[in-house]
Amino acid sequence: MNRTEGRVKVTGLATYAAEYPVENVAYAFVVQAQIAKGRVKRVDAAPALELPGVLAVLSCEAAPRLAEDADPELALFQSREVAYRGQIVAAVVAETHEIARDAAAHVRVDYDADDHDVRLSSDHPGLYQPEVVNPNFPSDTDKGDVEAGLAAAATTVDVTYETPVLHNNPMEPHAALALWDTEGRLLVYDTAQGTTGSRALIAKTLGLPQDQVRVVSRHVGGGFGSKGTTRPQAILAALASRMVGRPVKIALTRQQMFDVTGYRTPTIQRLRIGVDGEGRLTALEHLAYEQSSTLIEFAEQTTVPSRVMYGAPALRTGHRLVRLDVATPSWMRAPGECPGMYGLESAMDELAYAAGLDPVELRVRNDPETEPDSGLPFSSRNLVGCLREGAHRFGWEHRDPEPGIRREGEWLVGTGVAASTYPARRSPCKAVATMRNGDVLIQVAAADIGTGARTVLRRIAAGTLGLDPERVHVELGDSDLPEAPVAGGSMGTASWGTAVVRACEELRRDGKEGRADTTDEVKADAELARHAFGAQFAEVRVSAVTGEVRVSRLLGVFAAGHIVDAKLARSQFLGGMTMGMGMALMEETLTDEEFGGFLHRDLAQYHVPACADAQHVEAVWLDEQDGELNPMGSKGIGEIGIVGTAAAIGNAVFHATGHRFRDLPITPPKILAARF
Amino acid sequence: MDITLQVNGVPRTVDVDPRMSLLDLLRERLGLIGAKKGCDHGQCGACTVLIDGRRANACLALAVAVDGSEITTVEGLAAGEELHPLQSAFMEHDAFQCGYCTPGQLCSAAGMLGEPGPSAVTEDILLDPELTPEEISERMSGNLCRCGAYVNIVSAIGEVAR
Amino acid sequence: MKPFEYARAGSTAEAVRDFGPGTMYLGGGTNLVDLMRLGVAEPERLVDVSRLPLDTIEPAGDRVRIGATVRNTDLAADPLIRSRYPMLARAVLTGASGQVRNVATVAGNLLQRTRCTYFQDVTRPCNKRRPGSGCPAIAGDHANLAVLGTSDACVATHPSDLAVALAALDAQVHVTGPGGDRIIPMPGLHRLPGEEPERDTVLAPGDLITAVELPPAPPGASLYRKVRERASFAFALVSIAAVLDVGQDGTVAGCRIALGGVAHAPWRAERAERALIGGPATGEAFLQAAEAELEQARPLPRNAFKVPLARNLIVATLEELAA
Repeated sequence: MNRTEGRVKVTGLATYAAEYPVENVAYAFVVQAQIAKGRVKRVDAAPALELPGVLAVLSCEAAPRLAEDADPELALFQSREVAYRGQIVAAVVAETHEIARDAAAHVRVDYDADDHDVRLSSDHPGLYQPEVVNPNFPSDTDKGDVEAGLAAAATTVDVTYETPVLHNNPMEPHAALALWDTEGRLLVYDTAQGTTGSRALIAKTLGLPQDQVRVVSRHVGGGFGSKGTTRPQAILAALASRMVGRPVKIALTRQQMFDVTGYRTPTIQRLRIGVDGEGRLTALEHLAYEQSSTLIEFAEQTTVPSRVMYGAPALRTGHRLVRLDVATPSWMRAPGECPGMYGLESAMDELAYAAGLDPVELRVRNDPETEPDSGLPFSSRNLVGCLREGAHRFGWEHRDPEPGIRREGEWLVGTGVAASTYPARRSPCKAVATMRNGDVLIQVAAADIGTGARTVLRRIAAGTLGLDPERVHVELGDSDLPEAPVAGGSMGTASWGTAVVRACEELRRDGKEGRADTTDEVKADAELARHAFGAQFAEVRVSAVTGEVRVSRLLGVFAAGHIVDAKLARSQFLGGMTMGMGMALMEETLTDEEFGGFLHRDLAQYHVPACADAQHVEAVWLDEQDGELNPMGSKGIGEIGIVGTAAAIGNAVFHATGHRFRDLPITPPKILAARF
Repeated sequence: MDITLQVNGVPRTVDVDPRMSLLDLLRERLGLIGAKKGCDHGQCGACTVLIDGRRANACLALAVAVDGSEITTVEGLAAGEELHPLQSAFMEHDAFQCGYCTPGQLCSAAGMLGEPGPSAVTEDILLDPELTPEEISERMSGNLCRCGAYVNIVSAIGEVAR
Repeated sequence: MKPFEYARAGSTAEAVRDFGPGTMYLGGGTNLVDLMRLGVAEPERLVDVSRLPLDTIEPAGDRVRIGATVRNTDLAADPLIRSRYPMLARAVLTGASGQVRNVATVAGNLLQRTRCTYFQDVTRPCNKRRPGSGCPAIAGDHANLAVLGTSDACVATHPSDLAVALAALDAQVHVTGPGGDRIIPMPGLHRLPGEEPERDTVLAPGDLITAVELPPAPPGASLYRKVRERASFAFALVSIAAVLDVGQDGTVAGCRIALGGVAHAPWRAERAERALIGGPATGEAFLQAAEAELEQARPLPRNAFKVPLARNLIVATLEELAA
């Protein structure tokens, strides 16, 4: 079965947020702070307002009041304080996009600038221990005696890794189109990974009851977390539309997206691991240093995967955060697991080499019976199966572990392995299934951000009802539909699918309609460790002349419960792995220490993989039977593909070159500096 | 300024601000939302259309500068209800996820298939090479896909190229 | 983008006549429109020269004349260019994307501006964009900026691949303008930044490139190679255009080397060439020549890698050509 919305997507008819045909629309364009910290002294909107076609200028000197407790990143124009360079300080509304953009350059903003601090370091005096890390884990855990375990170990590693600021960069820039009806009801077409949550946040920010707000996101051009929470464009469109009494459209530019739509925090990770003479871990410590803004505490759960992966009698994990004059970091595909597993899985490779063990074997020997930190049993765990299957497919048994000895012309060749993991969760969700002329309509406020939600829910409904999928229709992407959680945390299908199954079961009994609310069912889930696992194998070629790295093979083997739709699942895995390749080799946003804010704010400077980079990517899976998950037996697959990729590639670069690179991305300058 | 374009075979005369890009003209004035704005600087390829039969970034073309041209957008690829072979192949190979880069990928592929000559990865520069997966990957590298559908995009185009 | 007038020139003479203060010529627009949208370029008037009848590639005896509005794609696909100047075709094919090459003109490619991150951001200082405002790149982000021929005012690089190949081929740039017609030999079109980084080239206001003329290709084998961390669609970290002619006796009879990504202009490695000609075509000689050239480098902390990279690239490329 092909993707349900395939035809509208290939014919150009799929409508994204900024694309709804609306009469009499006006266009907004933002003005961004040019200081990294301080206050807006004065806003002179007159030069902009004098331009023909300019309708309004919003700023801290001219804007409606928002809720007192609004999210500070959404509380547009409510304060004179500037928390980071690039923060939105004003906006122009005009008849056309061209006029709005030009006028924005005519708004004069004067500032009182303070000294700023934008540099993360592991000895920053402002570091502190957050109470919890995203979404709600304890910051620190400590089990057993780590120091004793390290002292007793036959081999130890003590290594520090760094990952840079990374940007989600979905292809569709954040955009919104807002209109108010005569009864004061607000309709926002927004790029949102969830309309239910977006409606709540927009209503709260504007001080409106929820039933006065409707959010529609029928098609979303990727999000990868950056559209998981409401972004300023939705609030700005709503405010501006109320101000000028017309529908208002805004699409952030690619450059602006770097500033105000979230990013992955840079991390500094220190890992200390010990192993005994039999290759069994004696202690594991994983500490992460990361940043947030002065506005909001967002603490990425970087070391949480180390609570899940390997058995060790002593296990300590923790996070230290510093609040800098930077934008607030947020979710980017597999927050926590993605950077954290880069650290852990690189360190495991270093440990394997230090102990003279095969990296696959080291992982197999330390596969735990129960979840190491919590002691909970796993609902299912097939990391070992993935490693074995991958090793077999990849030809791992023929690998000579000696680093830096394979050469084809100028190209050094190496292979590496790393494990992947991601939690399998679900959240309460509502859904309605209705019979109409023999066809079934499924309604749920789910979001399809490219995951294939329509297709998968259709398949799930058809399977429950024993119908041909052709007879099932799925309506989603609208907050007027039954409430659903966000398309994030790899729990969309599990959450929405549960509700769809229950609604279809009810429909089967009722004959006409079935309604489901899975709150009680989800609450009653037994306490178990539920995670998907995987293993990634990479082969790289590193030029001894130029330091260029090319990935000549990338294989992912995943165990993620029952795969609901093989075609779509493969695409998701490949996509995550491709993004992981970007993280390994090219993705990096620079922080401007002199002026604050970010540098390289476009797609010519922030490189994501191009078609030529990703020619040899392959994903397969082991089908798992796990009755402790949800009616589909599925685990989420949207994020696990990016987890471990960067470590596998980094480990392969070590095998190729004999040099360990501990800060991402691994670029020609770093390779040249190390080797020549 | 008044300009006239043939858009998907239909003549369109529009009064445009000289600052307006062809992309904004299509999207904001002509209601053709297929061409996407991903970066507005020619760095992503989501806006790719055919200008006089050649693939180009609609964001980098001033509308006034293409006055008199024939423009084909993704909306003009299909022949009525019958999809262009590339469109069918993209669906069959699951060559997209979010779909935002897809119209640009399709127009780019349609243009690319008509472009003779070597590419940066062609061994013998005197020959017009076969469109191997490697050739297709290089020639399609002006179209970024953040969902990472490249493997499927190349196989879809490869099927049509054969 | 500031409002501007737009006019399409009917002839070269008309274009030059139409040029006044605040005017810019518009070719394919792939860089100019980009810079106008960023507010980096703010013309009051655009004279569109992209449809002037300068779009042919014609042999003239053993020389070849490439019209200024020939699109990059057509240049690289041209049978004459591919057979006589394969290095030039290769250089063009490594630049930008298929879409951009379809539109970008030869002249526009030569006149594209630096991709320095500060130059492209009007909210930050830049001596090239706003003379006298300072160069934050020197203490800040200069990882992909120049190591040769820099000044205290500017460390920008010229991003063109085409220009590097033309510099190695001793191409001649034909220019017309208010001061009449003239010919500028490559690599002399582009300047080093000195105290006037705002001037990329030696062109005067109103000058219009009409053609690029290629002398007969030098004897020997040639290569163009471009280094970048992304496999395609990226500007060069460093690139090289090289021609090497090794005589029967194993000595270097002729040699041309130009480097991209290292300077404000395509960098003709004249010291290396002089060191090589008449000497042995050996790896050791190549290394000595490369080092002689790169002695002049003034790298900054984050772009110091370009020196060993350029050295390796010169040696490896010459070795491949000698083989």
